[in-house]
Amino acid sequence: MSAEEKTPKEKIGVYVCHCGTNIAGMVDVVGVRDWAQEHLGKDGVVISRDYKFMCSSLGQELIEKDIKELGLTRVVVAACSPHLHEKTFRTAAERAGLNPYLTELVSIREQVSWVHTDKAVATEKSKSLVAGTVKRIVYNEALEKLKVPINPNTLVVGGGIAGIQAALEIANGGFHVYLVEREPSIGGHMAQFDKTFPTLDCSACILTPRMVEAGTHPNITLLTWSEVMNVSGYIGSFNVTIKKKARFVNEELCTGCGICMEKCPLKVIDDVYEAGLGFRKVIYTPFAQAVPKYPVLDKPNCTYFKNGKCKACEKFCPTNAIDFNQQDETLNVEVGNIILATGYDLFDAGKVTNYGYGRLANVFTSMEFERLCNASGPTNGEITLRDGKTKPESVGIIHCVGSRDKNFNNYCSTICCMQSLKFAHIVKERTGANVYEFYIDMRTAAKSYDEFYQRILEEGTLFVRGKVAEVTDAARNPGEEGKLIIQVEDTLAGKQRRIPVDMVVLSSGIEPRADAKQTGKLFGISCSSDGWYIERHPKLDPVTTMTEGILIAGCASGPKDIPSSVSQGAAAAARVLDKILQKEVELEPIRASVDEAKCSGCRICNNLCPFNAISFIDDLAVTRINPALCQGCGTCVAACPAGAINGTGFSNEQIFAQIDGILMAV
Amino acid sequence: MSEQFEPVIVGFTCNWCSYRAADAAGTARVKYAPNVRLIRLMCSGRLDPTFVMKALAGGADGVMISGCHPGDCHYIEQNYKALRRFLLLRRTLKGFGVEPERIKLIWASAAEGMRLAHEIDSFVEEVRKLGPLNWPTWKDDQHKAEPVMEVTA
Amino acid sequence: MSEYIYYPGCSMESSARAYGDSMRAICKPLGIDLKEMDDWNCCGATEYLSLAKLPAYSLIARNLALAEQQINGSHTVVAPCSACFLNLSKADHYMLESPTFGEQVNEALAAGGLHYTPGKLTIRHLLDVLINDVGLDKIKEQVVKPLAGLRVAPYIGCMLPRPDYSNHYSDSEYPTELDDLMRALGAEVIDFPLKTHCCGGHMTQISPDTAFELIRRLISAADQFEADVIAVVCPMCQMNLDAFQGQMNQHFHTKYKMPILFFTQLIGVAFGEKPEALGFGTELVSARDAMQRIGVQIPVVEQAAAKPRKVEGLPMRPPRVKTGRKPGNGHKEASK
Repeated sequence: MSAEEKTPKEKIGVYVCHCGTNIAGMVDVVGVRDWAQEHLGKDGVVISRDYKFMCSSLGQELIEKDIKELGLTRVVVAACSPHLHEKTFRTAAERAGLNPYLTELVSIREQVSWVHTDKAVATEKSKSLVAGTVKRIVYNEALEKLKVPINPNTLVVGGGIAGIQAALEIANGGFHVYLVEREPSIGGHMAQFDKTFPTLDCSACILTPRMVEAGTHPNITLLTWSEVMNVSGYIGSFNVTIKKKARFVNEELCTGCGICMEKCPLKVIDDVYEAGLGFRKVIYTPFAQAVPKYPVLDKPNCTYFKNGKCKACEKFCPTNAIDFNQQDETLNVEVGNIILATGYDLFDAGKVTNYGYGRLANVFTSMEFERLCNASGPTNGEITLRDGKTKPESVGIIHCVGSRDKNFNNYCSTICCMQSLKFAHIVKERTGANVYEFYIDMRTAAKSYDEFYQRILEEGTLFVRGKVAEVTDAARNPGEEGKLIIQVEDTLAGKQRRIPVDMVVLSSGIEPRADAKQTGKLFGISCSSDGWYIERHPKLDPVTTMTEGILIAGCASGPKDIPSSVSQGAAAAARVLDKILQKEVELEPIRASVDEAKCSGCRICNNLCPFNAISFIDDLAVTRINPALCQGCGTCVAACPAGAINGTGFSNEQIFAQIDGILMAV
Repeated sequence: MSEQFEPVIVGFTCNWCSYRAADAAGTARVKYAPNVRLIRLMCSGRLDPTFVMKALAGGADGVMISGCHPGDCHYIEQNYKALRRFLLLRRTLKGFGVEPERIKLIWASAAEGMRLAHEIDSFVEEVRKLGPLNWPTWKDDQHKAEPVMEVTA
Repeated sequence: MSEYIYYPGCSMESSARAYGDSMRAICKPLGIDLKEMDDWNCCGATEYLSLAKLPAYSLIARNLALAEQQINGSHTVVAPCSACFLNLSKADHYMLESPTFGEQVNEALAAGGLHYTPGKLTIRHLLDVLINDVGLDKIKEQVVKPLAGLRVAPYIGCMLPRPDYSNHYSDSEYPTELDDLMRALGAEVIDFPLKTHCCGGHMTQISPDTAFELIRRLISAADQFEADVIAVVCPMCQMNLDAFQGQMNQHFHTKYKMPILFFTQLIGVAFGEKPEALGFGTELVSARDAMQRIGVQIPVVEQAAAKPRKVEGLPMRPPRVKTGRKPGNGHKEASK
């Protein structure tokens, strides 16, 4: 529609908020109000008001009253950011009978009063921003939200504690869940731990009941040894392609007896579950309580696949469950919502060369140490040096390896202080060795955590506050031969210390998964500069993302302990359940549509849509846009040389008018 | 104090990253030059080059366009399209006799409020150095009646 | 032949003659052409930089200015001494980073009719050139006598891996460049944990006790790890560890006999060059035994006979040990 057709004039109400002194302190609110009344009358402004707090119920009532009594057809509120209160004012207008999309909020707080220092200049800027929005809003159209049905199925990616919790909550609510896990068993990192802080519960004992519940729940389809290959669609109807990798074991026939694993002649280093400290067979389940119980054949290492020999597992399997011809399977599932609970990777302590990990045998990472402590680990729970036999008489535990460090990761990994204290306790309990902890700060902030720290202090662990400079095997003083020497500045005593120990444990930080960014792209969500998935709001909305229908939980969005991961898994599930129970979801009506009369069929726009919303109708030789798939970015609107594509909410007329207003002489 | 030339700059931000960056700058009370007036688009890919022309013709001395970092676009890859258009637009402006340095494209994520403020400040200085654009307009009313020089949709 | 502008610094032809000789011996087979620059002056070593920044860097920048004038195809200045290398790099880097400082230095240079454009030259250490320009493969090709059986402790020192403006070293705490080079020669390289620890620098003059302790650490660690020789890349390190080893031994009542050789000397031996041509025999802690282990004979260097002292007045016993300090100022005699 061109400019001429848009008169008769609209009746616009302008409301300028003081926000206490947040805006009024730097902007002459009354001045802006008066200016709007005086100078924007020809654009349609019939009333201009100011109020202390527009978002309050009284403020909203002002708007509602004016709509009803003055017959306003457009509302402009000059206040805070639309990301905060656009919904508030739109809903208020809707209550008074005005289509919500005929209300706009222009920010004169975040973008003016909070960031500038000259009141006169800030007031001028506010006037031009208001003018811009007033001129723009004349071209706003009454839009209706699109309603789309929600598929009640949910996809949970990642079978760690957060993913398991989310899956169980939704499944218990009566809806179906596909739980996809990359490794042969669910359980995640928690399955590798020995004890959990602060209660010192055995990790496997509290995890495995949940794993079994998830594995046997009628509403959960467990897809382990599987990965998501492709995601298309939008909230309520995602179409997901999952690759179920070949286990080379027929799940219908396998009883989980374990004979194949016993008879397999080849051992390889287990880099995943045993953190490189132990071995597993080529056909294996990662640990005894694996869910599902079906083993997996590691094809790259298998003798049969390499040179056609062996086949011991097949020979001995009592139910003929081994199938060397099994192929990868591809499944397509339809879900309404997706929860990403993909977890973390451990920081590679080898990068910190001055700590000697990888060079000095008796320097261990935290995960290696967990496996040492674990009764089902490579030493059956005995804490020994790298030779597998000797018990250490002194152990040094170094905090913040790779965390809180400009050279590696700037952030704090949250869990390592508690983990280090836990290690101190276990060492003292099992070996009676001297334990030294080298810390920068003690971060023991959650429930019962600080009490745990007090307990460890009482047990006689020695604490040195200082960032360790070096772990070396070069002895300098008597008593250091054959030991690992930790060189550190004891900042509280104000002196350098060289402390000889038998074993060093590095509390490595945690990092996003190495492929987090690719995974994010697959699902259409972004990562922060540190690589963690970005939540919609760090304070108030920690489990949703900017993409509707994709949620995040657990360490995938940042370092956190087990209770927090469980809470987030449950929170994500609650969100999903609320969407499913509403049966349909409303989508913002900001989308593009083609005016087929104007379309010449040049197809310039056809390749621009990443959501495949644009298609070409051959027999009519015009382009058409699917409003359900269109996400409203507007790229095609900008690209059309004929101006045949209309972008609701951000049309050319609206933007041009806004530019005019902004540049108006004030 | 001599009257310093204060450039007027129109800024187009994308709803998901750069507009939120501007909000983040505001919440953190980071101070920056008031010369930029922001217009919100859903995506930097929405930026039609005619918007830039309209802004310059309407009295702006410079235009700033900001979007999500490559790879982080909320709509997957539309910021690349904005980049393509921007590069061609710069060449076109040169042909018009407008300094290509009057338009600038920056990437800012939702967490980079401080950075956005710095970029705004430095861009304002750059445009200040270039001086007012003084896009020629018809001086007499006779020509003004004909909308020939108006840039319309 | 790759051409480079060569900045020798004070020691290459005098106290580190072995470095200079061995460097020349290996440059030919490796295709390195070092063209010594004209009229170079002292690089400033260390003390001057802590006293007066501007004159110190102007002194250094004079070399850069002259080198800039003498660019003939190559823009790269090679300084085999780590301290010279670092000083030249720092001067260039600071002038580039701070234009004001650069202007001030150029103002000083202008008094001598000189000018240096920061960033114009690339400054590199000889080790860097061997590893990155020549490459380990080419070096391996030239090896005719692998140093098999020789245990080498590679001591790269502190100045190359830090600050490493050009990012040529693999790590600032644990760089492996010198290790790889020695391995390429066939030597058995020990995992030397103190490879980037301080050698004492000029502390031998300022505070010998401090220096001796630092020297002792390095020697004792190499000894602990059963090294036959320590390979160094810097004349200062070589002097401290070699020339002061005796005094260090006296100070601590130890009996270390660890030969300290320049890496170029070891490369020369591996290339089959004659030991005399590589400066062997000039080191104070003899490398004879170590080299014998791999079948290389070091000739005995004729020691000049001590001249008889002319006795005037009453006879007096000569002093036992030179400490570098005047006796009788209360400082504990190291000879005790």
